[in-house]
Amino acid sequence: MHVATFRQQLAKEPAIAAEGSGVQKTALAVKLQAENLNFYYGKFQALHGISLSIVTYKITAFIGPSGCGKSTFLRTMNRMNETVRNTRVEGKLLLDGQDLREMDVTFVRRRVGMVFQKSNPFPKTIFDNVAYGLRVNGVRSRPVIEAAVERSLRRAALWDEVKDKLRKPASALSGGQQQRLCIARALAVEPEVLLLDEPCSALDPIATLKIEELLFQIKDITTIVIVTHNMQQAARLADYTGFFLMGKLIEFDDTRKIFQNPSKKETEDYVTGRFG
Amino acid sequence: MATSFPVEPRVIVRSPRTFIERLRGGDQIALLTTLVCAVTIIVVVALIVVELWMNSQPAIKAFGWHFLTSSTWDPNAEKFGALPFIYGTCLTSALALLIAIPLGIAAAIFLAEMAPPQLSNLLTFLIELLAAVPSVIYGLLGIFVLVPLIRDCLVPVLVKFFGYLPIFQGDFYGVSFLSASLVLSVMVAPFIISVSREVLLAVPVEQREAALAVGATKWEATWQIVLPNASTGIIGSVFLALARALGETMAVTMVIGNTPKITASLFSPGYSIAAVIANEFAEASGRLYVSSLIFLGLVLFGLTIVINAVARILVLTTTQRSA
Ligand SMILES: Nc1ncnc2c1ncn2[C@@H]1O[C@H](COP(=O)(O)OP(=O)(O)O)[C@@H](O)[C@H]1O
Ligand SMILES: [Mg+2]
Repeated sequence: MHVATFRQQLAKEPAIAAEGSGVQKTALAVKLQAENLNFYYGKFQALHGISLSIVTYKITAFIGPSGCGKSTFLRTMNRMNETVRNTRVEGKLLLDGQDLREMDVTFVRRRVGMVFQKSNPFPKTIFDNVAYGLRVNGVRSRPVIEAAVERSLRRAALWDEVKDKLRKPASALSGGQQQRLCIARALAVEPEVLLLDEPCSALDPIATLKIEELLFQIKDITTIVIVTHNMQQAARLADYTGFFLMGKLIEFDDTRKIFQNPSKKETEDYVTGRFG
Repeated sequence: MATSFPVEPRVIVRSPRTFIERLRGGDQIALLTTLVCAVTIIVVVALIVVELWMNSQPAIKAFGWHFLTSSTWDPNAEKFGALPFIYGTCLTSALALLIAIPLGIAAAIFLAEMAPPQLSNLLTFLIELLAAVPSVIYGLLGIFVLVPLIRDCLVPVLVKFFGYLPIFQGDFYGVSFLSASLVLSVMVAPFIISVSREVLLAVPVEQREAALAVGATKWEATWQIVLPNASTGIIGSVFLALARALGETMAVTMVIGNTPKITASLFSPGYSIAAVIANEFAEASGRLYVSSLIFLGLVLFGLTIVINAVARILVLTTTQRSA
C-alpha cells in the first residue's frame, strides 16, 4: 500500500515544492507534534513529559548536555527507538495530525528520514547507496531512479564531486562526503521531515559548513530537525531551538530568544557556557 | 625564540637502551617468541609435505600422474589409482556444503536477528556443543538414525519426484554417498551457524538503522544490508566447514560403504580418501601398497590446498567486483 502512496508522492513532487515556498511557510503549519511524551529504557525514564510542535519547512535544533535525551527524542519521531529492546513510549506523537504510532512503521520512516551521528554508508556503490531507499520502497523504473539519485545528490551538494564516480564504492569518499551521501540517501525518498543527530560532530569546520549550507538549501522541501552539541551551529541554522536537560525540555522558543534572552535560568547558564 | 632555550643537564632522556635492557623491555622477547611459534608451524607443515613426498616415492615412480586418473584399486594385482577416492571426497564434501550452507545461514540469521537473546544464547550453546561431539558418535548417529530415516522417508520421495535424474537411480541399501553427505552436513553445520551468528551480531547497528530509516522492513534490512556486511565472515565459516568435510574420516567411513566406485547415483556406496587410508593402512602389505596410501594422503593434502585456494580466489574476485 505504501508503495502506491509513494509513487503518487513522487508524481506530485513539484506541487509540494510550490506549497513550501508559498502559503504553508507563512501559515506555520505544524508538521510534528509531541504531547506529554515519556520514554523509558526498561525502568529508566529518559524523557519526561515532552510537549512541542515542529513547524513545517523550518529548522528546529535541539541542544543540551550529552545524555539529556536529545537523541532519544529524535529517535522516537521516526520510531527508530522501537528497535531497541525493552523500551516504552507514553503520550502522543502526531505527524500531520495523525498518530505516528498507528501508522505502518516503514511508512513513517519513509516520511520521516534520518541522518546519523556517524556517517554510515552501505558497502555498496555511491549510486546504489542513494538508490537503496527508492528500491526498497518499490520503485523499479531505471530512469526514475536515475533522476532521483541525481536530484538527491545535487540537493546534498555532492553531485559535482561524485558525478563521474557513481559506480565507485562509497567507502572511497572522505568523511564529509560520506555524511553528505547519507543525507542524499535520506533525501532520495522525499521525506517530509529530516532528522539529523549531530551530523557534523565528526567533521572538520569546512565539511561542517558545507552541510550547514545544504541544510539551508533543502529547507524549502523538507522540515528539518537537528540535534547539535555545537551552540554556534544551532544559532546559525535554526529557526527554533529547544534546550533539553536531564530528559526534560526546559525551554523551546525562537532561536534568537533562546540565545539572547532565555526565560529560564538553566537555559541561560547553558548557552552562556556557565553550565556545570 | 627557538634558540634561547637554556641548556640543562639531561636527566630523563638517557643514552640508548642496551640490548639486555631492550630484552627486558619486552619488545625483543615478544618478537622472538612469536617468531619461533610462527616458524614452528611452518616447519611442521613443511615436514608433513616432505614426509608424505618421500614415502610416496615408490608409488609416484610406479604410477606418476596416472595415479590421479586411474580408477582401479586392486591391492592383489598391485594396481592403484586414486580417482574413486578423489571423486568420493569431492562429491560428499560438495553435497554436504550444499545442504549445510543454506541451513547454517538461515539458522544463524534466526539466532542473531530473530530469536530473543536468552533463547539465542541457549541454542548457540547447544550448537557449539554439537561441534565438540566426537565424529565416531556422528557415525553411529548416521548408522542408527539417519540411514533408516533416509531409507524410509527421503529416498521414496526423491525417487518419486526426481527418479528420472541419474543421481537418484539404482537401489538404496543405506550406506551411500547420500548418507555420508548428510552426516557430513550435520557435522559441519554447527561451524557455519556459530561463526555466522557471531559475524552477524558484529555488524554495526548503524548499518541496520540506516536501512530501516529509509523505510526498509526488518527482513529487508537483514537480507539486503546486514548479510552482505557479514559476507566475508560467513564465507570464512564455509571454509572452515569445507576443511572439516574434506578431511573427515571416521563418520564417513561408517556410512559411505567403502567401495571404490565412480557412479553418478548418490544412492550407491563409495569411498573417500581419508576413509581408505584409515581402513587399509594397518593391513597394507607390500611397499607399493603402503606407498600408494601415503600418496593418497599427499593428494588429499594437495586437494585441500587447491580447493581452498580456488575458493579464496573466487571470493576475492567477486568481492572486488561488487565493492
Ligand atoms: N539503548 C539505551 N539503553 C539504555 N539507556 C539508554 C540507551 N540509549 C540512551 N540511554 C540513556 O538515555 C539517556 C539519554 O540518552 P541520549 O538520548 O542518547 O542523550 P543525548 O543524545 O542527549 O546525549 C542517557 O542517560 C542514556 O544513558
Ligand atoms: Mg546523542
